[in-house]
Amino acid sequence: MSTASALRLDLAGLRTLPAQVWGGVRLVPLVRDEPLPGLRLHQELYGDGVGVVRVAPHTAYVSYIPHGFVADWGAGPAASYGTLLHGAHGTPPPVDAVPVRFHRRMVRRTAKHRLRFLPLHLALEGYLSLHFGGPSIAWEEWSQQALRRGLSPRVEEAYCGAEVRGLADALRVFEIHPGQCGVLLYTADALAAAFAVPHPDDYRALHATLVQDLYGELVHHYALLSAPVQDFAPHLDAERIHSTADLREALAEQRRQWADFHTGTMAAGLLAPQYTARTAYRAGDFTLSRFLPAFVPRTEAHIGEAITAPDGRIAYLKTFRLSESQIRRGHLLTHLAANDWHLARTAAALSLTPADLTARLSSASLAPLLRHRPPQRAR
Amino acid sequence: MPTEGLIAAEDVLLFANAAITATSQREFHSDADEQRLSLDFLHAYMLGNYRDLYAAVLALDINDHNAALIIRHLLATSREATEQQRRTEGLLIASRFALLPPQRGYALVAELRKAKVNNRRTRAIVRDWLAARPDLAFDAVKYRTGVKTAMRHAHLPAPDAELGDFLFRPRARARFTAPLLETWRRAHYEQAAVFELPFTVAEGFAARHGIARTAFLDRIAPRMTRGERLRLQESARERGATAVLADLTGMPLTRLAGYVLGLPPDTRVARRAELTGALRAAARRAAGPEAGTWGRVTAVLDDSFSTHASAQKRRRPLAVALATHFLLDSLAGTYTALWTSGRRDALLAQPYGATPLGERLVDALETRPDRLVVVSDGWDNAPPGMAAEVLRVWRERLDPDGRVAVVHLNPVYDADSFDVRRLSPAVPTAGIRDAEDLPSLVGLARFATGRSGLPELRAHLDTRIAAFLAPAGAAR
Repeated sequence: MSTASALRLDLAGLRTLPAQVWGGVRLVPLVRDEPLPGLRLHQELYGDGVGVVRVAPHTAYVSYIPHGFVADWGAGPAASYGTLLHGAHGTPPPVDAVPVRFHRRMVRRTAKHRLRFLPLHLALEGYLSLHFGGPSIAWEEWSQQALRRGLSPRVEEAYCGAEVRGLADALRVFEIHPGQCGVLLYTADALAAAFAVPHPDDYRALHATLVQDLYGELVHHYALLSAPVQDFAPHLDAERIHSTADLREALAEQRRQWADFHTGTMAAGLLAPQYTARTAYRAGDFTLSRFLPAFVPRTEAHIGEAITAPDGRIAYLKTFRLSESQIRRGHLLTHLAANDWHLARTAAALSLTPADLTARLSSASLAPLLRHRPPQRAR
Repeated sequence: MPTEGLIAAEDVLLFANAAITATSQREFHSDADEQRLSLDFLHAYMLGNYRDLYAAVLALDINDHNAALIIRHLLATSREATEQQRRTEGLLIASRFALLPPQRGYALVAELRKAKVNNRRTRAIVRDWLAARPDLAFDAVKYRTGVKTAMRHAHLPAPDAELGDFLFRPRARARFTAPLLETWRRAHYEQAAVFELPFTVAEGFAARHGIARTAFLDRIAPRMTRGERLRLQESARERGATAVLADLTGMPLTRLAGYVLGLPPDTRVARRAELTGALRAAARRAAGPEAGTWGRVTAVLDDSFSTHASAQKRRRPLAVALATHFLLDSLAGTYTALWTSGRRDALLAQPYGATPLGERLVDALETRPDRLVVVSDGWDNAPPGMAAEVLRVWRERLDPDGRVAVVHLNPVYDADSFDVRRLSPAVPTAGIRDAEDLPSLVGLARFATGRSGLPELRAHLDTRIAAFLAPAGAAR
């Protein structure tokens, strides 16, 4: 098991350019002045169906996994792989049953300098397996099931990007900038996802995969209910402009202001907090890790995975925004684990009564863990 | 009432822009249904409120799709027209109908039949149009169903018994005396006869006889029209059919620009001299006597990803920009072109990247031109709205006298706003379909700033109508 370390996301080397808006979706391009050398990403398609990943002995992760990413840190300059169609012999014939595809591990080395991993599922599995083993001490409050099987089966729901209203269109009409290596995706101006890759060609090839990614309940609801968001229209102060040079300066000033506003305000929920990172794989000089937030209720929280270069720059980043109930579950589980799963002590740490805590556990759908479930509140 | 006049003038300009650009096809930002719905509404609105102005738009350089729609709507509501309107409308419809390409003309008659529009006026117009067709036997072979429908719908007898038999009783005769009709009959049995038919008809027979595509293309090449040859040249070359060679020198400018953009970049580099020469020649022809008279001109040309348009209108906005580039080059005394992507070589233009119009406008204004032409779909997005700000500040602070004439030409109809997208209220915007219409559009665009009222616009339309109808009147 790898050790946890603190991580703060830093988009150094990625410049923010003006956002493009389509309906309730805002896409903020991130541009690298020059590509990050030594690492390339491409896509591996698995087709529709259920993916089953064996993550540990007797433990499996089951989800809709349409594609995986392959990181290549072998030979120096290389062309982008682009999209690889399923298999070498064309598309498989349609089948009546839901196809099931088995993957061995989330992250797997497939050749000498090549690593296959399942984007976002790596991060999600990190969240799902949080204190998956269940109570470490058999206090009498915990049920037999919790003691024997831990949190299994642990289930979370997410929406496919194609179901997030307006996202597919927004990605289609988005004009990719030259040198663009990433994007921050907002629905109703709430940060939904961040995506960054090392090379502009990789981004061009992987831009469309955003529509196959997973998005939380919050993102889906915001996109569904949002009115069209407004462009941040620039305003030039006519009084201060006496020549075209002034005009050019004012334009540059507007760009700077937007970039500062975006990193300082709009993306602050992603960039400001401290994350707990665990290394998933070391690929040459690059490190693939997944990170979890601090789980503070009623605060924006993202889980994700990142590949960092030896100098700490982010080569690859992909995040998933947790919804409020998911944050609350994480919050309760981390506090329980910190207090050795002792109910009274945990309640005290959270300044609650034990009865309140059991009520919270059951409303966070963790009731099966408890031996004596509190009565369901009348609706 | 001046306000009412202004509103009417605005409505007419809005409709003219739509009628020049909209084709009810899928665009980059909206799909075909949105486009069609939006355009249909606009037609109904204009017809209901300004019938005479609606008809007058036929005299402008609107596209064939909208011309056909206007004709159809006018004919369907003949009863609502006054005696005076009827006369002008009739002349306008007849003149514009004659300008429609034959396939569109026959499609329009089919539409009229489907809509059960069969008043006396409709029948007379169809009759006159058919009578003016140069070779009805040729039409009968090439647009067989179209001619049949038109004759049935307008209650016309066939001009001669043989043609009547050909259309309605093809098995009644053992042989035809008209050579083309006889060739058509023989083509059913004889491969050699296939190659004497028009290309589209021969294509069907070739499939029936199982003639290999390459051999077919090689032998049918002399029978192809100019457009067919241009369209099929590349696929024929890939198959090894060498006889299909388009003559680029006679092509219209925008069509040629579209062809050039369809070629891969290395082919464009390899054929640079030939392609540039053809584009220059077409531009010179389009510029005519105005060549070299526009003084210092700077153009801001959009080659962002959105100029890729859609599968139906592939690279159309970019083709218009490229054609405008060459046209302005021959119209201007001194010419500077600024592509939004920063590209210098116009021939290698590709839809790529975002649209930093604001920055390009500053670059353009720095060249101190007499005239600034912007060709863009109006989706300024890096950052959005910057072009409007730059133009506003420029007008307020740096050029309050309006020394630089700025005009925005937009090749894309925006379904949501029922108009082409505008860059800024300070700058006139006009729709553009073919770069060749540029000089006349710049004339129309001056009404678009909202300062000229309906009387001026009406006077402008009247001159255009007079000019449009003049050759027709002279012929009669």
